[in-house]
Amino acid sequence: MDDCITLTYQVEGGDLSHAGEASSGVKQALRKLGLDPSVIRRVSVCMYEGEINMVIHANGGTARVDVGLDDVTITLTDTGPGIPDIDKAMQAGFTTAADSVRDLGFGAGMGLPNMKKYSDEMTVESTVGVGTTVTMVVRIE
Amino acid sequence: MTLKEVRDILHAEVLCGEELLDTEVRSACGSDFMSDVLAYVKNQALLLTGLVNPQVVRTAEMMDMKCIVFVRGKQPDEAILDLAQDRQLVVLATKERMYNACGLLYINGLRE
Ligand SMILES: Nc1ncnc2c1ncn2[C@@H]1O[C@H](COP(=O)(O)OP(=O)(O)O)[C@@H](O)[C@H]1O
Ligand SMILES: [Mg+2]
Repeated sequence: MDDCITLTYQVEGGDLSHAGEASSGVKQALRKLGLDPSVIRRVSVCMYEGEINMVIHANGGTARVDVGLDDVTITLTDTGPGIPDIDKAMQAGFTTAADSVRDLGFGAGMGLPNMKKYSDEMTVESTVGVGTTVTMVVRIE
Repeated sequence: MTLKEVRDILHAEVLCGEELLDTEVRSACGSDFMSDVLAYVKNQALLLTGLVNPQVVRTAEMMDMKCIVFVRGKQPDEAILDLAQDRQLVVLATKERMYNACGLLYINGLRE
């Protein structure tokens, strides 16, 4: 891949009030680069759901976004509890989120399915007790 | 429909973005679950919600929406309004419940 630009962010864990700042930063950067609005929206949603997951399930992590000529690759890495059964986690509606998270409008078990739907490629690698890395590629048509 | 019309139909208070009320909207979405809102790929310009927190603004931002309507008389705090202002979002607050607010906009022509 021909990387033009790499953006990196530290995502804090804990409370949700700052969740989305990294996604917002990416969105603004992609706008400045003049990418197609529908590509920007897909990247934004993928990254935002992934960022929320790192905050609520993994106590934060790092986000890296590589903007190439043909695609945008989002890599989210955390050292959280890991996902024991990835296939199950990918199912629509599956969630281990607490009610307190649901009261904030998340935890409906739609994050990973949304990320899959909006990206052209997605891989989830996870080891229980070590952490999770989610990689998503959104192609620029 | 313009956001001015939305305001009038819902007897809503304008909490921020007064200068953007001439914006045209053609589609809306009502939900308290942000992942539901994020799940629809199509254009949605207006978000009606009973949920009040900064993630509502973030969700609207990610989806390129124009306006947030807080239903049931919910009042967002200063931090939420600052964020919305910064993102050039109009924020309205109505006393109508979600069901009524959506119904009113629908019968007045906002059908997408
Ligand atoms: N980064 C992560 N670290 C640990 N577990 C995760 C992570 N992301 C997702 N999960 C697990 O996968 C489940 C489903 O995730 P998702 O589809 O985003 O739904 P939700 O976040 O609403 O629970 C979560 O409830 C959680 O158990
Ligand atoms: Mg999630």
